[in-house]
Amino acid sequence: MSRHSTRKRQVHLAAHFPGVNNTTVWSDPAAGSHIDPDSFVRFAQTAERGKLDFMFLAEGLRLREHAGRIYDLDVVGRPDTFTILAALAGVTTHLGLTGTINSTFNEPYEVARQFATLDHLSEGRAAWNVVTSWDAFTGENFRRGGFLGAGQRYDRARSFLETALELFDSWRGDEVVADQATGQFLRAPGPGAFSHRDAFFDIAGHTTVPRSPQGRPVVFQAGDSEEGREFAAEHADAIFSRHATLEEGQPFYADVKARLAKFGRQRDELLVLPAATFVLGDTDAEAEELAREVRRAQVSGATAIVFLEQVWNRDLSHLDPDGPLPDVDPVVGEQVMSQGRASVRMHRDPLATAKAWRERAEAEGLSIRELMIEQTARQTFVGSPTTVADQVEHLVEAEASDGFILVPHLTPGGLDPFVDQVVPILQERGVHRTEYEGTTLRDHLGLRPLPAPGLLTTTTGARA
Amino acid sequence: MTSSARREHLHLAVALDGAGWHPAAWREPTARPTELFSAAYWTDLVREAEAGLLDLVTVEDALRLQSDDPRYTGRPDERTDRVRGRLDAVLLAARLALVTEHIGLVPSATATHTEPFHLSKAIATLDHTTRGRAGVRVQVSLRPDEAAQFGRRAELVALAELAPGRTPPPALVEDVFDEGRDWVEVLRRLWDSWEDDAEIRDAATGRFVDAAKLHTVDFTGPRFSVRGPSITQRPPQGQPLVAALSHVPVAHRFVARCADLGFLTPHDDDEARRLVAAVHDEREVQPPWPDGAGDQPLRLLADVVVVLDPRPGAAAERLARLDETAGTPLSRSSDALVFAGTPGELADLALAWRDAGLDGLRLRPAALPDDLHAITRTLVPELQRRGAFRTAYAERTLRERLGLARPANRYALTGHHDTATTESSR
Repeated sequence: MSRHSTRKRQVHLAAHFPGVNNTTVWSDPAAGSHIDPDSFVRFAQTAERGKLDFMFLAEGLRLREHAGRIYDLDVVGRPDTFTILAALAGVTTHLGLTGTINSTFNEPYEVARQFATLDHLSEGRAAWNVVTSWDAFTGENFRRGGFLGAGQRYDRARSFLETALELFDSWRGDEVVADQATGQFLRAPGPGAFSHRDAFFDIAGHTTVPRSPQGRPVVFQAGDSEEGREFAAEHADAIFSRHATLEEGQPFYADVKARLAKFGRQRDELLVLPAATFVLGDTDAEAEELAREVRRAQVSGATAIVFLEQVWNRDLSHLDPDGPLPDVDPVVGEQVMSQGRASVRMHRDPLATAKAWRERAEAEGLSIRELMIEQTARQTFVGSPTTVADQVEHLVEAEASDGFILVPHLTPGGLDPFVDQVVPILQERGVHRTEYEGTTLRDHLGLRPLPAPGLLTTTTGARA
Repeated sequence: MTSSARREHLHLAVALDGAGWHPAAWREPTARPTELFSAAYWTDLVREAEAGLLDLVTVEDALRLQSDDPRYTGRPDERTDRVRGRLDAVLLAARLALVTEHIGLVPSATATHTEPFHLSKAIATLDHTTRGRAGVRVQVSLRPDEAAQFGRRAELVALAELAPGRTPPPALVEDVFDEGRDWVEVLRRLWDSWEDDAEIRDAATGRFVDAAKLHTVDFTGPRFSVRGPSITQRPPQGQPLVAALSHVPVAHRFVARCADLGFLTPHDDDEARRLVAAVHDEREVQPPWPDGAGDQPLRLLADVVVVLDPRPGAAAERLARLDETAGTPLSRSSDALVFAGTPGELADLALAWRDAGLDGLRLRPAALPDDLHAITRTLVPELQRRGAFRTAYAERTLRERLGLARPANRYALTGHHDTATTESSR
């Protein structure tokens, strides 16, 4: 039987180590440390046991604040992204290691050598989720400060990434001869030369890290704006999206895949991988019941009030979370109560949001907390392992995504049920690997190896 | 073990760099020149150092390609017979964290062009993953070639135009070292920005942390400002080890005022005594610790490049052979003493320099892995025979191993919101 002619569309699975939002339930007795190295080792080894493509780690650059104080209700604090991924390279063998690294408060020379190093130290398993930072609030922790206007963020990100790609390509891959007999270490002096000048960077010198196993890290993009989508279509290998349902996923998927052609790229050169949460039970009914409990744990009364304050932009601490929504309108202005939080930017018209929420709460008889649970806490997959496997397979089959980045609500054991119960079903159905077929993350994602820069002309010629 | 008993023991560090500190090291039969950029090579070396019960390893780094050219040309040299290229040392140390158990990991980092916030959380995380074995060897850079790769320090880039034999203006040197000291100050404040018991996980109130136990650091200096607090919890050691090389007077002051561990480069007993005194004098003027954080001693090790062989005369022969292969004697270009001899002779030197006020040696193996093996398998047993080196790892953290206390948290000491000074410490 020809494996390829009958092979079903494969589901790509990855796992996101739980971060610092209310999705992560720290109050559960099963919740462990989010800083202890054992938590990261266990999580990564579980992901590798499930033959997942990669593990994903977000990044923090400033602790969130609410009403002028450090936000204290969710998990606070996390380790450095690069440092954890490099450590995990030593206790895993195949798992891809994907890290978010900001392009606003870093410099390309440093980031390029860090990622090239990580790719060497993991033998080709590094990936970079390129993000931008939007606020002067975060900038207060950095030399550069909060100097970038919204319009410039993607311009700098694009310049940053293009500069980094030049740096990755500054070693062709054949410079190190290391011939002990002749005494020739380098093929020619001064390898890794680069020179880049544009509106953001005017730099020149020599990269110190020889060409890495993948040539460069796999590149992820996570923004959803028009600029973000264009950026991804031009440069990214994968998109970390938030559209995990059929209704939202299909149009997003079609949109970004359609953008590839204008950059001379094929549809399979950019994977769409939404974040997805899950709750499993022995039966669908049991899973639904568990999911209700998880939602209540994710949105405590205090958390519900804070969510409300993010939209109302005023102190509502006197309200009863089990009571009705406030009659007063949100305060509209430049000053916002919540700092360092992406979700706040989504409420572009607070008056309209407040009106809609009040109408819904009245119509459905919901308290503040109940409404906030409905508005904010949703599980992508809820059901028995078979039901969830059906959903996963269907969404990929229907081109709503190429797979999912799983975000468990418990640290670090929350990934175990999915790996132990759902992955075997997907494997049995032939839509998920039972063994790693390659060694690099590019292999796992089905991306073609990158030709060395010295070979680029030949490859381009063959394609034309 | 009491601390006075531990003081009888020497401290031994090993400085790892490429194929070794001799430019011809990569051509030795046991060298692994094609593996210099692989995790396996470094893991083998550091595990060997750990098997030898050494205190710590440092990993060299620089934000430029290596060069034999001593001038400020801003260009790499024209050589093809030397090791060129290196990995990021902080990530390399991180890669070793979970595959070692005892040895201290002290990567080099450059303060001049990097963000102290990033480095602070990286070293704090290294301390978490190693459970208290992390440090950082801080260096500053006046190199125009490094500056040109970041593109925002024109006065450093301009040093490429210096006439041969000229050195950078002293005021500029001072400025870059001062900035480095601010950088370390920010690292230290961020490490203290979480009190040890800030994470409360109080289910009754729904609070994960006690926000009153997290502190902004509010550093404002001439080159940068940092608000804080850190995103990463206070590391296990409280303050991971800060180390620096100290081979010129401006660096003595830097080490005295911001480090826990300094590396000196004496060439004889008298110089050892003079250098130790010079650094301690500076320490008297301004120690790096705020009042109440505890009296933290400064540990000083002497850097020595070693070619080591138990057979009399063999080391000198090997050094001569390496020098010949390289084309120039290493002793002509090395800042540190180049020692070629037997373990007994090196043990004599170490004990003599201990009497001169040093706490031990940071050995730079001339050729890897040969000279590292000689250190762990011949020098260490020799020192153990003399009762001058540990026979097992006893302490949990690197600070403890060096006889340094876990410093009190500067913010917890003096109340919650009144210690975050808004001005540079200098």
